[in-house]
Amino acid sequence: MWGRGGPAFPHTPTLLKGFIMDQERRVLLAHGGGGHLSRELIEREILPRFSNEILNALPDTAALTVPGTHILFTTDSFVVQPLFFPGGCIGDLAVHGTVNDLAVSGGRPLFLTLALILEEGLPWSTLRQVLEAVRRATTACGVSVVTGDTKVVRRGQCDGLYLNVSGLGMAWPGFQLSARSIRPGDAVLVSGTLGNHGMAVLVAREKLFLETALVSDSAPVHRLVEAMLPWTAEVRFMRDPTRGGASPPCCTRPPWAAVLPLRSRPCPWTPAAAAVAEMLGISLLHSPCEGRIMAVVAPEVTQAVLAAWRALPEGQGACRIGQAIAPVGRVSLHTTLGGHTLIDRPQGEMLPRIC
Amino acid sequence: MCVTGPGTIDAALTLAERGAILVTFGDMIRVPGSRLSLAEGRAQGADIRVCYSPLEALALAQEQPEREVVFLAIGFETTAAPIIGMLDRAVREGVGNLSLLTALKGVPPALAALIQDPECAIDAFLCPGHVSAIIGANAYQFLAKTHHIPCVVAGFEALDILHGIRSLLVQHIEGQARVENPYARVVRANGNPRVQALIRHYLHPEDVEWRGLGVIPGSGLALRPAFQDFDAAHRFGLQVTPGRVHPKCLCGDVLKGKIMPSRCSLFGRGCHPDHPVGPCMVSTEGACAAHYKYVSTEGATE
Repeated sequence: MWGRGGPAFPHTPTLLKGFIMDQERRVLLAHGGGGHLSRELIEREILPRFSNEILNALPDTAALTVPGTHILFTTDSFVVQPLFFPGGCIGDLAVHGTVNDLAVSGGRPLFLTLALILEEGLPWSTLRQVLEAVRRATTACGVSVVTGDTKVVRRGQCDGLYLNVSGLGMAWPGFQLSARSIRPGDAVLVSGTLGNHGMAVLVAREKLFLETALVSDSAPVHRLVEAMLPWTAEVRFMRDPTRGGASPPCCTRPPWAAVLPLRSRPCPWTPAAAAVAEMLGISLLHSPCEGRIMAVVAPEVTQAVLAAWRALPEGQGACRIGQAIAPVGRVSLHTTLGGHTLIDRPQGEMLPRIC
Repeated sequence: MCVTGPGTIDAALTLAERGAILVTFGDMIRVPGSRLSLAEGRAQGADIRVCYSPLEALALAQEQPEREVVFLAIGFETTAAPIIGMLDRAVREGVGNLSLLTALKGVPPALAALIQDPECAIDAFLCPGHVSAIIGANAYQFLAKTHHIPCVVAGFEALDILHGIRSLLVQHIEGQARVENPYARVVRANGNPRVQALIRHYLHPEDVEWRGLGVIPGSGLALRPAFQDFDAAHRFGLQVTPGRVHPKCLCGDVLKGKIMPSRCSLFGRGCHPDHPVGPCMVSTEGACAAHYKYVSTEGATE
């Protein structure tokens, strides 16, 4: 019914918008049907990228040998729009998100699952680009994809593709991480600028500004955690400031108190992110990062941890952003006038606002 | 946003139910209507798009000429400016599937109404910077000259506000009443005459209801009859009612400074930032939401 390449109904051109057929190879419902096409997708697109002894047997369930007995296990789903944004895409984001969850729990990431939910009609080239990003990220993180799943849903039922990545790791010995162990005088550290990922994705999704220097901070943080291993006893608390940005780690239970004189130098945000956030009425403390650690450490190891972080490319922008002040209370931000503003979780979704 | 009646949100949802694409600023998405907020309507399938610039609504209308696009036009002179700028372009380009659901309001008539309220007992006005950028500092001269009320135009940074309050106190101590404009880096005495002319061309004053404040004469900015094709209410034969406000909601008294938010019986009991009943609880700068965050013991943690 649809004319190839040209509008079949010139009097209703808009109805054809986005429906004009092309020669591009696309995901079909049959790719999720469990038949030949499913097999082909796995053998041609998955196995060559993620090949390892466990995965090559294509198990529904992987049998694993994990060093030690203290195991960390996490799962995360990724539905980011747009699929590609400055500084990354849903593929590397998914690996980083799950690897980072394991890492900031004091773990060494080892194995991942990879579940793909694909929309019928997804260009094959898009699928490949995303899988390539997954492959590069898993290689960089030293983790293996050991099992997975593929489903195809009808056109319109998902935005291109969704990923679910579960992760399994071993706990590094020595970490005793809890907000309960934070003591007055402890230092609050971040491994780099805050809020870039959230602002970069928002700008890309809402097509807000044609040109910005904003790039997502999507990156793994497991090496930053490994860099802290000499001081496990002095690391009190660690989080990756993802959804809700740096505010959820500040508002965790049990509550802890600190003052963050964020306005003093070095500012933990980039000028581009700060400018966009101010225009949109969004606090950068509410904007997600996908490649940062926020940690509270004993004051005597502050400089050593910062030096170890800064020695890694992903920790170049590491800085101390504040100090714990009381065993229980609230985390607050110093203002230019010498007052304090309480840091709170964001309300609802992160939206551009005008007032 | 705080003074937009729930009836406007109800009307917007009705138009979305009838198949229109509703475009709004992000600020409105959580404000409660009589039954639902726009966010709740969107979850039920209403096609509601959040924009940053009203021009996005025009682009949408041009991309989808088979759909009706309705822009929810709320706010004061500040937002009226880009909205009317967009409408002007739509009119000149002959876009036929775009209309405005207007609840735009002007600030000076509201200030005039507030000084008539003996309960408010207003001594001075710290005048809003962005509105003043459009209407100009001279728009407040009638308050100083006729009603002997000091007016200072302030920006939004802490130092701007402190300086503004200081200027008001100095006038008060000296027994003076004049218009001062320390925010001159943004605001001119005559404002933006080009925008004012556009607004006058498309909009005319009418008596409208403010949420919590009642009807204020001449405070609404409605589309002139010549442009009624662009008026969503007229175009779709919709009667915009005041809507239903929770009978115990005291946002009006909070807005007028008559009570502290915690005096409202709903405060923290049925009305909190995650589930706002009144508009003052919606965004962080709302008086109730701020009071909840800083005064309530529960505010920060969950």
